[in-house]
Amino acid sequence: MSLAAGPPKALNISQRLAVLLGFSGLFILLLATLGVSFPHTAAWLTASLAAIALGVVWFSWSAYAGQSAGIKNDGVWFKSISGRGIWAWGLGILLTGFYIVLYFYPEYLGLVSDGPNRGLVALFDTLSRALSGNPASQWFVYGALYTLAILAFGIKFIWKYRHNRYEILRTVSVMFFQLAFAFLIPEIMARLNGDLPYYDLKNIWPLNYYNFERYRVNGFISAGNIGLAMLIFGVLSILVITPVLTYFYGKRWYCSWVCGCGGLAETAGDPFRHLSDKSLFAWKVERWVIHSVLVFVILMTTAVIYSYLGPDNSKYWLSRGQFLTGVGVLLTAVFAWVMAFRRNELKKDARYGAVAYFVIILGLLAFHWLSDSRHVFLFKSETLRTTYSFLIGSIFSGVIGTGFYPIFGSRVWCRFGCPMAAILGIQQRLFSRFRITTNGGQCISCGNCSAYCEMGIDVRAYAQKGENIVRASCVGCGICSAVCPRGVLKLENGPREGRINSREVLLGNDVDLMQLLNEK
Amino acid sequence: MHIVIIGNGISGITAARFIRKAADHSITVISAETDHFFSRTALMYIYMGHLTYEQTKPYEDSFWKKNRIDLVNAWVESVDPAAKTVRLSEGASIRYDKLILATGSKPNKFGWPGQDLPGVQGLYSKQDLDNLEANAPDNRTCKRAIIVGGGLIGIELAEMLRTRDIPVTFLVRENSFWSGVLPAGESAMINEHIREHHIDLRLGTNLVEILADDTGRARAVTTDKGETIDCDLVGLTAGVTPNIGFLDGSGIETGKGVLVNRFLETNHADIYAIGDCAEQREPIGNRRPVEAVWYTGRMMGEAVAQTICGNRREYKPGHWFNSAKFLDIEYQTYGWVMSGKNRGPRELHFHWRHPEKKICLTLAYDSKTRQLLGANTFGMRMRHEVFDAWLTEQRSIDAVVRDLRVACFDPEFHRDYHPLITRAFKEHEPVNA
Ligand SMILES: Cc1cc2nc3c(=O)[nH]c(=O)nc-3n(C[C@H](O)[C@H](O)[C@H](O)COP(=O)(O)OP(=O)(O)OC[C@H]3O[C@@H](n4cnc5c(N)ncnc54)[C@H](O)[C@@H]3O)c2cc1C
Ligand code: SF4
Ligand code: SF4
Repeated sequence: MSLAAGPPKALNISQRLAVLLGFSGLFILLLATLGVSFPHTAAWLTASLAAIALGVVWFSWSAYAGQSAGIKNDGVWFKSISGRGIWAWGLGILLTGFYIVLYFYPEYLGLVSDGPNRGLVALFDTLSRALSGNPASQWFVYGALYTLAILAFGIKFIWKYRHNRYEILRTVSVMFFQLAFAFLIPEIMARLNGDLPYYDLKNIWPLNYYNFERYRVNGFISAGNIGLAMLIFGVLSILVITPVLTYFYGKRWYCSWVCGCGGLAETAGDPFRHLSDKSLFAWKVERWVIHSVLVFVILMTTAVIYSYLGPDNSKYWLSRGQFLTGVGVLLTAVFAWVMAFRRNELKKDARYGAVAYFVIILGLLAFHWLSDSRHVFLFKSETLRTTYSFLIGSIFSGVIGTGFYPIFGSRVWCRFGCPMAAILGIQQRLFSRFRITTNGGQCISCGNCSAYCEMGIDVRAYAQKGENIVRASCVGCGICSAVCPRGVLKLENGPREGRINSREVLLGNDVDLMQLLNEK
Repeated sequence: MHIVIIGNGISGITAARFIRKAADHSITVISAETDHFFSRTALMYIYMGHLTYEQTKPYEDSFWKKNRIDLVNAWVESVDPAAKTVRLSEGASIRYDKLILATGSKPNKFGWPGQDLPGVQGLYSKQDLDNLEANAPDNRTCKRAIIVGGGLIGIELAEMLRTRDIPVTFLVRENSFWSGVLPAGESAMINEHIREHHIDLRLGTNLVEILADDTGRARAVTTDKGETIDCDLVGLTAGVTPNIGFLDGSGIETGKGVLVNRFLETNHADIYAIGDCAEQREPIGNRRPVEAVWYTGRMMGEAVAQTICGNRREYKPGHWFNSAKFLDIEYQTYGWVMSGKNRGPRELHFHWRHPEKKICLTLAYDSKTRQLLGANTFGMRMRHEVFDAWLTEQRSIDAVVRDLRVACFDPEFHRDYHPLITRAFKEHEPVNA
């Protein structure tokens, strides 16, 4: 078996054996999916997961351990898997297929709603019982494999970038948050307190757009103090925690250090980061799509909450009218602040977009006041919610976002679809201390930084002008800085003054330094 | 006004961009190397599979049309300053009002026997890269490569070939790698690093002859140590010279390169030369008259654009800086750190090397005034802005070492070597002779 095409990038024997081991683990999962029932599920599951993990770790060891530490992107464009070759397409189709089955036909994976599970899901039953006390669901299977991928490929990533402590720490962080916060703690919490809704604490609205649905809010409230604390934490994390952290560190504290979607993209998705589209056109599409998703999720959440609030305060302490007024006031305040103080930091189309969206939302709110209010915003909240969760929650974040890693690069979802990234991005662009600084005139326009930016930022365009990079989409992964052969880029948090600048003095000609110095 | 620029490298393109920024002149850029400007410094990454050719283009293809910069894919055969025309190899002529020569360099060949055989090549142009892909696609076709000339391009070529597991023998005339530029300690460290990458480094060794096989292809080289080494590829990377042959007989004054004054003007009004192909009549500080680096090409492009658009401006580069990467070790330099015989009587060096890692720092300073003269760093990133200001301030080495942390440009969480450096500097004091 060879993963090579074009100029040689063949695997050595040890790497081939590692691939074989990894695939044998996957093979067990495949057999289970096809309905083979294993006698000692615990043993077989362990064997399978261990084989996959060991395969990846062994592969990384033989790929990187013998080499001196440094950037090792040799041959990424020549390998079929990372160079959009036949293996890439194969893997893309396989992953996409898996997501479609996972989201829409879980019975093919062996999920049985009224009776014991079969197939793949049954294989995971023991593990699930051990953690939460319940049989596995397709989401448990997915969560376990997802965590495994982040851990195993996280080790690979660390090996590859072992000369760079920023990369190591960041990766250990996403591995930890995935294992503990996304996987273990929610399962264990479900065991300890059966009434609490399943809550991945690091998932913040609007990423967990379902967090404020009636059944969850009721669940939180009926679970007593812990539940209430979690509900309050949910709200605080949107309104306080997130903006404060983003002010100090940029959106990277979340996107590159905590988030599970980011975690998968950074680890398992790392071999595909150079595939993201850097064209101006893609950038334009990105801005419109991601902000539309954000508007969509705001409308939807408002509608959902609205739909179960009463006309007065008898049900909750909040009434419909109060709630909608609150939303309107909050949005107006944010919009007014941006337009008053940060207007010039937005591109022209972003300015138009902001105005348009603002008018639409206020229009819909007005519509509510003027009409009879069974339907919020012209739509039924339930329709909005199912549309969102189908289009955005499953198709975009799963099927396209992850299934298409080998074709479109690793952060398609973060870049084009994630409403959380959109919110953090706006905060980052408008009031964060984060920026990527460029090292004076040292850029040679080689293009490594742009190529390896998974968010499709044309980093070079800024670097060769000596400008700081303050893009909303930057997730602060630090790879542009790592791959730059001339040491031109550095991720920094610093004072807001002079954050957007261009130091032409070092770049270009006619440097009258004494004069410059005297001006300082 | 019609401005014709020969050469679509960094200097020609920078000139075109800045002319467009400042004025509405029509601009034509001529080159037959590639249709669009690409980054020559990134050639190696294409062969190594890090980047595609497309990714080495700093501007999208639509950029040129949008900015009304006409691109002509042709070679210029000759220039006629009297008629103000350039003649293209297909026979057509283009008239200019102002002409900018930005034709870059070509690899040096020192008259070695066999230097023009198939299988022998330099690494400069896109065509060279295509040749390399044909000569050395993998280690079955190319069982061994010989690289002649121990400079920056030589080590890049060695690194490139090693990514395809091609055995490389690296002939370096000097007794240590790049020792004409690097002080001894640094050069020694790079020697070690080259060998760690399984490159057969032969120091103090000269190429004598390249031998051909029956079909006329290079098959081996002989060295002045009396050895014959079999090979399928010979890379000639012993420096570059200005690429100005086509100007012979045009009356444009040339030395090594096209002679220019500080305004980048040649002996003909309306003809300018910038970048690798230009030679300063009078040296600027410690700089060489021909500067074959990316940054100076960019500065010259900017300066000449101003001059042409009526804002006459000298080429006035600030403090010298440069950077490179030796396999896995990044190198940066600010100001002047001289090596060997170039070192003046009052230039002292403080050299620090990490006890285990391939990280080191050299600060050059004046023995009397203790003023900082320059810095070399390996495996450590320094902030350009800070060193630039320090050099201008003529800061003392003591203050530089004390404040080194301010200049650090390494990524967050990187190990802080400053305590080690400070200690070493204190111990270094007594040696101040
Ligand atoms: C492999 C490599 C790595 C390098 N790495 C670095 C580095 O890390 N840092 C650094 O500072 N510098 C580096 N350099 C040097 C740097 O690339 C050059 O100094 C710089 O590109 C010179 O730019 P230029 O615009 O003067 O000329 P060029 O980039 O050489 O452009 C000249 C253009 O003119 C064309 N041309 C020539 N003659 C004619 C003619 N008669 N008619 C039409 N067109 C013609 C050529 O084909 C070419 O396209 C490197 C060079 C090489 C080859
Ligand atoms: S700009 Fe750099 S740090 Fe930001 S997302 Fe791109 S590669 Fe990562
Ligand atoms: S910033 Fe670094 S990686 Fe990016 S183009 Fe410049 S030199 Fe290359």
